[in-house]
Amino acid sequence: MTGNRTIDQTAAHIADAIREGRTTAVEVTQAFLDRIEAVDGTVKAFLHVDREGALATAREVDAALARGEELGPLAGVPIAIKDVVVTKGLPTTAASKILEGWIPPYDATIVERIKAAKMPILGKTNMDEFAMGSSTEYSAYFKTLNPWDTGRIPGGSGGGSAAAVAAKMAPLAIGTDTGGSIRQPGAVTGTFGAKPTYGSNSRYGLIAFSSSLDTPGPVARNALDAALLHEVISGHDPRDSTSIDAPVPPVVAAARAGATGDLSGLKLGVVKEFAEGTDAAEPGVVAAYEAGVEQLVKLGAEIVEVSCPSFTYALPTYYLIAPSEASSNLARYDGVRYGLRAGDDGKHSLEEVMSLTREAGFGPEVKRRIILGTYALSAGYVDAFYGKAQLVRTLIKQDFEKAFEKVDAIISPTTPFIAFEFGERTGDPYQMYLADLYTIPTNLYGGPGVSVPVGLSEGMPVGLQVMGPVLGDDITYRVAAALESTQDTLLADTAPEIER
Amino acid sequence: MTKLNTYEQAVETYEPVLGLETHIELDTNTKMFCGCSTTFGAEPNTQVCPVCLALPGALPVANRAAIEATIKIGLALNCRIAEWTRFARKNYFYPDMPKNFQTSQYEEPLCEEGYVDVVVEGKEYRVEIERVHLEEDTGKTLHVGGATGRIHGATESLVDYNRAGIPLVEIVTKPVPGTGALAPEVARAYTAELRDIVRSLGVSDVRMEQGSLRCDVNLSLNLPGDGWGTRTETKNVNSLRSVERAVRYEVRRQSALLDAGERIFQETRHFQETTGETRAGRSKEEATDYRYFPEPDLAVMEPSREWVEELRATLPEPPRRRRERLQADWSLGDKEMQSVVNADAVELIEATVAAGANAAGAVKWWLGELSRRANETGEELGALAITPAQVAELQSMVDDGRLNDKLARQVIDGVLAGEGDPAKVAATRGLEVVSDTGALEAAVDEAISANPAVAEKIRGGAHAAAGVLIGAVMKATKGQADAGTVRQIIIDKLS
Repeated sequence: MTGNRTIDQTAAHIADAIREGRTTAVEVTQAFLDRIEAVDGTVKAFLHVDREGALATAREVDAALARGEELGPLAGVPIAIKDVVVTKGLPTTAASKILEGWIPPYDATIVERIKAAKMPILGKTNMDEFAMGSSTEYSAYFKTLNPWDTGRIPGGSGGGSAAAVAAKMAPLAIGTDTGGSIRQPGAVTGTFGAKPTYGSNSRYGLIAFSSSLDTPGPVARNALDAALLHEVISGHDPRDSTSIDAPVPPVVAAARAGATGDLSGLKLGVVKEFAEGTDAAEPGVVAAYEAGVEQLVKLGAEIVEVSCPSFTYALPTYYLIAPSEASSNLARYDGVRYGLRAGDDGKHSLEEVMSLTREAGFGPEVKRRIILGTYALSAGYVDAFYGKAQLVRTLIKQDFEKAFEKVDAIISPTTPFIAFEFGERTGDPYQMYLADLYTIPTNLYGGPGVSVPVGLSEGMPVGLQVMGPVLGDDITYRVAAALESTQDTLLADTAPEIER
Repeated sequence: MTKLNTYEQAVETYEPVLGLETHIELDTNTKMFCGCSTTFGAEPNTQVCPVCLALPGALPVANRAAIEATIKIGLALNCRIAEWTRFARKNYFYPDMPKNFQTSQYEEPLCEEGYVDVVVEGKEYRVEIERVHLEEDTGKTLHVGGATGRIHGATESLVDYNRAGIPLVEIVTKPVPGTGALAPEVARAYTAELRDIVRSLGVSDVRMEQGSLRCDVNLSLNLPGDGWGTRTETKNVNSLRSVERAVRYEVRRQSALLDAGERIFQETRHFQETTGETRAGRSKEEATDYRYFPEPDLAVMEPSREWVEELRATLPEPPRRRRERLQADWSLGDKEMQSVVNADAVELIEATVAAGANAAGAVKWWLGELSRRANETGEELGALAITPAQVAELQSMVDDGRLNDKLARQVIDGVLAGEGDPAKVAATRGLEVVSDTGALEAAVDEAISANPAVAEKIRGGAHAAAGVLIGAVMKATKGQADAGTVRQIIIDKLS
């Protein structure tokens, strides 16, 4: 529902109100904490809420403003952080039992930047364990409910961050996207999610799932809010060797430009192979997406068909590369230095303790992917699996590069289906993996992709994805903001009130 | 266990093929992938951070100084430096390895295809280098509560991660055939040469006893004309002498097995310092699958040719050429020079000569008295509490006749005891040669009157008998007389 409560406002409005003295950071933070108190018992988006920490930061903001200090554009605007991002002094588990009780001694680079921007951190959000999943059902702790229909999943892996923003428990959140974990939850909860260019946002302090794919990014209610957060967290980080040392694309300016509703002269690509494969997408999703495309055409965009033949292999390629890297990245969870330790009773050998710890600490999807990745890297198989996947990845990159010679951005539905019901796809991993059919190519390429709410199907939100060239994040924000300008109200504002 | 063959029996029948894998810890100020200190001997787990402890979320950043040092080693070993190279993950579980994978290099090492020439018993052998690559060290595990100090039977395992992440260079030779009975000596000479080359570059202190140079010795035997045999890999070989002994032992052990018609297992063995034997590790019939793949957390390295040439220009004179030059400068024979090299005294003698001593004197002190002292205390020669400058000073006092050998040795006692420079020690301990001829003549007169029979002999021309009187004078002057001077006075008086 729409309203005039603090929690109904966009981050940009809240920031202005704080800066102009119409409200205080403490009032704002308290309003969101109250909202969490009121509805998170139902939605269950948060694994950990840090009331005191959030209010302490809010008080600092108010004191600094009272002293007349200049603060950053989002000072005092609260934020929720996906539990895969390391936060000093705040429990960080990646929704896994294996990290239960671990309190990190350091902050991720993006958390340092959020703290430097004086944004109160409300808490840590639920997710699929180690970001492996598309429904948040694989959290080792509990399921998160979709605020639009509590019988349905909020997407994943970042279901907690998306649900927190959709249920107005936070105006902004941090997600991470390895195969679609920001964009797909955004699509199914009617929120805006951006996967920035790989390497433009630091991964230092991001608990690794797949190092060559993981990208942290913003979750918000609209493009401008996401762009404001994007500029807070983006930029080169010498502690991440894969970080790009280049100027941050001007995404805030692009979002403002897009909001004027003028896309004339812009060429938007539609992928021929996606269109051919629409049997994978639900008709309601296709209908909402096509209505969105019509709006973009009305704003002056030209639609051009592009061919990306290797996209057909994106899903299998991803499910070789990501589990391979994960099998190695997750080797460190052995009970020796931190987190869970099982079987340390004097009767088991060191090797057995490591093994029992991993048996007890990892959930079924994580184990499945460790086994898959270990297999794909094994002697005798590595060339046929991991090696071949790397070759296909190169072909997918080339498909994108060729397409971007012809078009400024590429559009597609974000995900083939609306939020499904709990348990609907946990029985068949492949059915779950299909949720990322349209988002995965961008991860393999390394370019940016955003999901913007485009309409409803069966009363549930549908997202439109805008993909850009590497470091062309600004174009994705511009197209998304233009689409938003055609909507009377933000889709996020039309969500039904949560039943407590 | 089959009885060992004698070494001579073994090499009469079989031809050994050597292979050496050497790990060298670089002495960069910081670790390979983080900013932690690398100082040796700190309190356990005080030189650690999120990166080298592999906390969730931590990421590596490659140490440029380590890459530079590795390129220098590669150049000094006549290698080709890769234009495109990257790190790879070597996956295996072990508690002293925080990530449970080692960041190493696999198909694209930094340096390839080099060689080292060594001379053994007058013959030159070329040891070809297959690769030189960069990786990180592991932590150290201490197993307590068991009888053996090994993991089996231990009640607790303690891990110190200070060493985890220290840059490690691995240098792998190609198989070295054709050394025959000299395989142990060639292995030793190669290791010593490699150590000297790396030391000359100033990139590692290459101290085997501290583990900053560690050696794995591969060895196989074959009958003449046959293909190469199955090799064993012997680890824990921590001194030059051990390299030699390990090769010798494996030759004897493997030849006995082959004689008995048994097969050699491709296995990892451990050298036993106390017995000189090698012992099988835990049986590893199945080869470990390390599931190597390119490290996605680190960028590819593309050392520019300009950089490589800049580094090549900084290389010091190769140790072998330098040794040849010094040998000529010091006028030493091959055998003497070999002793200097074996005693690790090249730098010390060079510095002593640079401080003003003549070469013969410098060689004499370092190889004689000072080597003896080092052996007594089990120290390395260079670790003795005496500097080349002090040795040079000592020698100049001898040259001036202010000290004789006996006094000089007492001065060394004082220097090693921390009493100061030789001149100061001589002064405080009252050790200068008595050069007051009046005092010496009085002492000689006293000796003559105390030994009339001896004096008579000398008068009769038996100058050799003067030794008895010299001894008496030396005793009277507490050794502070110059024996030559005393002898002259005696002969003058009794002629």
